Amino acid sequence: MKTIYTRPKCLKPAPFHYCPGCGHSIIHRLVCELIDEMDLQGRIICIPPAGCAVLAYNYFDIDVCESAHGRGCAIATGMKRANPEKIIFTYQGDGDMAAIGTAETLHAANRGEKITSIFVNNAVYGMTGGQMAPTTMLGQKTSTSPYGRSPEVEGHPLKITELIGTLPGAAYVTRTSLATPAKIMATKKAIKKALEVQMAGLGYSLVEVLSPCPTNWKVSPKDSFIYLEEKMEKEYPIGVMKDITAKKKDS
Amino acid sequence: MNNKVLMKGTDALAEAAIQAGCRCYFGYPITPQNEIPEYMSRRMPEVGGVFLQGESEIASINMVLGAAATGARAMTSSSSPGISLKQEGLSFLAALELPAVIVNINRGGPGLGNIAPSQGDYYQATRGGGHGDYRMPVYAPASVQELYDITMLTFDVADGYRTPVMILGDGMMGQIVEPIIVREYNKPEDELPPKDYILDGAEGRPSRIIKSLVLDVREMEEHNWKLKRKYDLMKQELPQWEEFMTDDAKMTIIAYGTAARIAKGAVKRARSEGLKVGLLRPITLWPFPDEAVINISKKSKIFLVFEMSTGQMIDDVRLAVQGKIPCEFYGRPGGIVPAPQEIARIIERYWLQKEL
Ligand SMILES: Cc1ncc(C[n+]2csc(CCOP(=O)(O)OP(=O)(O)O)c2C)c(N)n1
Ligand code: SF4
Repeated sequence: MKTIYTRPKCLKPAPFHYCPGCGHSIIHRLVCELIDEMDLQGRIICIPPAGCAVLAYNYFDIDVCESAHGRGCAIATGMKRANPEKIIFTYQGDGDMAAIGTAETLHAANRGEKITSIFVNNAVYGMTGGQMAPTTMLGQKTSTSPYGRSPEVEGHPLKITELIGTLPGAAYVTRTSLATPAKIMATKKAIKKALEVQMAGLGYSLVEVLSPCPTNWKVSPKDSFIYLEEKMEKEYPIGVMKDITAKKKDS
Repeated sequence: MNNKVLMKGTDALAEAAIQAGCRCYFGYPITPQNEIPEYMSRRMPEVGGVFLQGESEIASINMVLGAAATGARAMTSSSSPGISLKQEGLSFLAALELPAVIVNINRGGPGLGNIAPSQGDYYQATRGGGHGDYRMPVYAPASVQELYDITMLTFDVADGYRTPVMILGDGMMGQIVEPIIVREYNKPEDELPPKDYILDGAEGRPSRIIKSLVLDVREMEEHNWKLKRKYDLMKQELPQWEEFMTDDAKMTIIAYGTAARIAKGAVKRARSEGLKVGLLRPITLWPFPDEAVINISKKSKIFLVFEMSTGQMIDDVRLAVQGKIPCEFYGRPGGIVPAPQEIARIIERYWLQKEL
């Protein structure tokens, strides 16, 4: 019999603490598959966030350094500058990346730090119980926007990925989704490309992944994938925002 | 090497860091310490090190944290308002047990305050300005030579105990120019523990985790006691101080850093007038040299604490003295640097008042 599906080598045999249907579990698996396939275990370091993925070190069998909420890109900068031959990636939620850590994120991207960020956008603060995130959509109800996010009170959703796409230091910036198996495979390809861009020393790479949080969206895991496609992808169109390797190919 | 040169405080500090093997500096400009990042920006490329101006003090200290996690000797410097922003990072460095050197060239405060020399950040430095039950060694040099020597030492202390270490100076210490012996750094190889915690990719070894999140309260309690044992060891091994004419002193001034230099001048004046006055200068502010205070309290009749603040270190003096002899206080907060004559007058006043 041929094995066609197995646990990635660097995914520890520990049951995920994530809620059923949570996107973090899927993304963790993709990351571990890639580390195996690209043979990176011995030279990759992860910086997880304060957020639901704070316990990523329970699953990733690679070197991991905790971060204070939002500081991932600054820690990654220090690591990479001190140790340029290592591959460093941050794994961050939307609050971590685009609220408390906005400055660290934008400046690392703008400096063209040779690091990669995997940015998990679920439009809420998952870990703390579903409060409003910078990426919460207009009209979306959360535990701290109980009347729905309104532009007058809470302001508009922050599209940090689009912003970063305009920065000269960013080399590869894309948004993907976990809504369908095909989109999940495209997410894996995007993360692979982001790591390759880092390894080629081209600059900052970022993959925003639209990811379900059924618990705080208050929908079933199954319906969360519909929500993802019908609501999230409308507000946050998937696609490549910047790819300097594509330009190189053109010229 | 060991040659004598004329050097400014900030330059001596920065050069000593480089000599001690610091190859990563991250910082954000703030007066009166800009000469440190400026020096580092010139020097680091010459020695193959990293200089990076962070987008804030928060970013800078987290860059230090990242570099330290990979095993590098890393440093940041700032002044009071910037040090406030670094407190989150200090708590994390202490919790993660990562070595780093943090320099605070203390200016007048609170708030933006001013850019004059001050000692208003003593509490923040010694009481763990960040959150959680941690302690941090704090050194207060009082000359350019000492700035140079202590800076080298702090990197060893940081590595030796796996802890952030602070150098607390003030604008005066940074700006002063003095002749110093530029000695070579001798690494205490056998005394420093191996860096078996660093992250450099799990090649040929099990993967490593650097973390402070401990959800299990019993485990967290144990971690706190483990840190406490480390702090107790620091309390035994680290205290440093200087005594000047304390043997026969009836009155002993206690002052640190710039204030101690001024106090020394005042003590010399008082002595020339026949008053038996001495000086105790704590070099480590945490751990505080309790032992020296206790010993002197057996000989002197009164302590006079002088600080360039409204009185912060005096709390530590009183804790050590335990009411055995009176502790008087004289302070000049807000950036005022009094002349030795002024302190000499205060000495004289208490001398007469207490009929010594
Ligand atoms: C300085 C600080 N402020 C607040 C928190 C509490 N906190 C932890 S995670 C989090 C937000 C998590 O949301 P997000 O980044 O979107 O990640 P998710 O949990 O949704 O994956 C907050 C506010 C903290 N840990 N530190
Ligand atoms: S709260 Fe949301 S993001 Fe967090 S584990 Fe549950 S589903 Fe995932």
